[in-house]
Amino acid sequence: MDGVALLSIFVLSVFVGFEVVSKVSTTLHTPLMSGANAIHGIILVGAVLVTGHAESVAVVGVGCVAVALATANLVGGFVVTDRMLQMFRSRSRPGRGGLGPGRATGAGRAGADPTAGGPAGGRR
Amino acid sequence: MSVLPGWGVEVLYLLAAVCFILALKGLSTPRTARRGNLVGALGALLALVVVFLSTDLDNVVPILVAIVVGAAVAVPAARRVPMTGMPQLVALFNGVGGGAAALVALIELAEVDAGPGVLLATAFTVFVGAVSFSGSGVTFLKLQEIMTTRPVVLPGARWLGIGALAGGAGLGAVVTAAGSVPAGVALALVGLAAGVLLVLPVGGADVPIVISLLNAFTGLTVAAGGFVLGNTLLLVAGTLVGASGTILTRLMAAAMGRSVSGILFGALRGGSTAGSTAVSDRPVRSVSPEDVAILLGYATKVVVVPGYGLAVAQAQHVVRELAQALEARGAQVVYAIHPVAGRMPGHMNVLLAEADVPYEALREADEVATDLPTTDVALVVGANDVVNPAARTDPSAPIYGMPIIDVAQARQVVFLKRSMRPGFAGVDNELLHDARTSLLFGDAKESLTKVLAAVKGL
Repeated sequence: MDGVALLSIFVLSVFVGFEVVSKVSTTLHTPLMSGANAIHGIILVGAVLVTGHAESVAVVGVGCVAVALATANLVGGFVVTDRMLQMFRSRSRPGRGGLGPGRATGAGRAGADPTAGGPAGGRR
Repeated sequence: MSVLPGWGVEVLYLLAAVCFILALKGLSTPRTARRGNLVGALGALLALVVVFLSTDLDNVVPILVAIVVGAAVAVPAARRVPMTGMPQLVALFNGVGGGAAALVALIELAEVDAGPGVLLATAFTVFVGAVSFSGSGVTFLKLQEIMTTRPVVLPGARWLGIGALAGGAGLGAVVTAAGSVPAGVALALVGLAAGVLLVLPVGGADVPIVISLLNAFTGLTVAAGGFVLGNTLLLVAGTLVGASGTILTRLMAAAMGRSVSGILFGALRGGSTAGSTAVSDRPVRSVSPEDVAILLGYATKVVVVPGYGLAVAQAQHVVRELAQALEARGAQVVYAIHPVAGRMPGHMNVLLAEADVPYEALREADEVATDLPTTDVALVVGANDVVNPAARTDPSAPIYGMPIIDVAQARQVVFLKRSMRPGFAGVDNELLHDARTSLLFGDAKESLTKVLAAVKGL
């Protein structure tokens, strides 16, 4: 894709990014920061791509370090965010606060771990 | 494997990007926050599957091993970290993400011949990624209290900072012009130094805001990495985080009555965020748990102001039991939640929610302001900076301008404190020496347990 097209995507994404978080209560500042932090762990995709195309052993080594670091960012980020948000759950108070207990157990596993499949899957 | 056609990959990346947008949107509202996080994780999972299915990758085994290693380290850490340790863990995850982005850009620099536009993005990724990595490392050390939480101003810090930026710009120009790998490595090293210099002068209480700022930096790094690799998903996801992170940083700073530039450069401009950790030797009124129990037991309206001390002592359950005991005696008990009490915004809400404190009893700082003049006892549990009147009265204090919970309005103030050491911001609290203030020294949980027993015995 050419530079101008990427630049357009960049500019539009800036506005979307501004827009989606413009009204957030102070209570959610930390979980939101943590969730955004997990999202930039998607650099894992880049790390996998460059490592997958690397020729020399040294570069593969550096690439694997990048993959491991990016995985830690991505997976750890989502798990720690979920833990923070879990704290808001547990009580049935109408209107405000976290999810009801029912939904928490229902949806809990679905997106558990984007990568290795195993480790994060059974978090509680 | 390349079982996916090119257009299919782009469509699936678009879907993943939409997941990320929905995730951020969801995380902005309490009701949908948890679902939002899961949607984000799903988007990431989708993107990763797409990469493996769409590209002819070599070295698949080492890559999978690295993924397993990364997850095996991060997941237990994320699951076991105590509530008080979450901010520093987020900082750590943020830092390794920035480091990963810098490494990706360095590899791309070494392996691929690219045009100047891409090389400029490469230089940006390497430098800012390194800043984010080392800066997050320093915030971790500060929050974990491995190093001092006070602002550290190196001699000539301003010139060191300017030197690091100039060095970064020069090396960045070399990388852009020549695509030189050694220059890229040197740029990363200068970036590491710049990150340390950026965060060292930041005072402890401001560190959560800096984490948010570095988070935005890492987002922009990943976006630039997307530009380098020509990968739209990285570009969109990174930009989203960069933009939303910037807004969030400003919101957080506003909640504390600070400006972002003041936080970063205040100490360099001359001492304004340099608090003291000296123990004040002025007289205070130290009382026994029984005295506190009597004050509380015959109060009709009590405001509890929780702070970091409550979190450290894990006293949230005892405080709720005490509140119930007081309510049984006919008192009204509410909790005044300062937005930045503890070490991260929302910290106290989370803790009290864990202890099943009814949501109706929680008041935000501005709501409780009207309650305080009619309050008999304000019980400050392990909080200091958020009730420190210096924020209103002393323009030289590092917390000056931050909205506080003005407990001095209450008829009596009781502080539960571990010691006379000033709070995280390092500012002495005049209120501790006020005639209407009583202090009960000790661990918040132990103190509250004794007070609770005494209240029950009244």
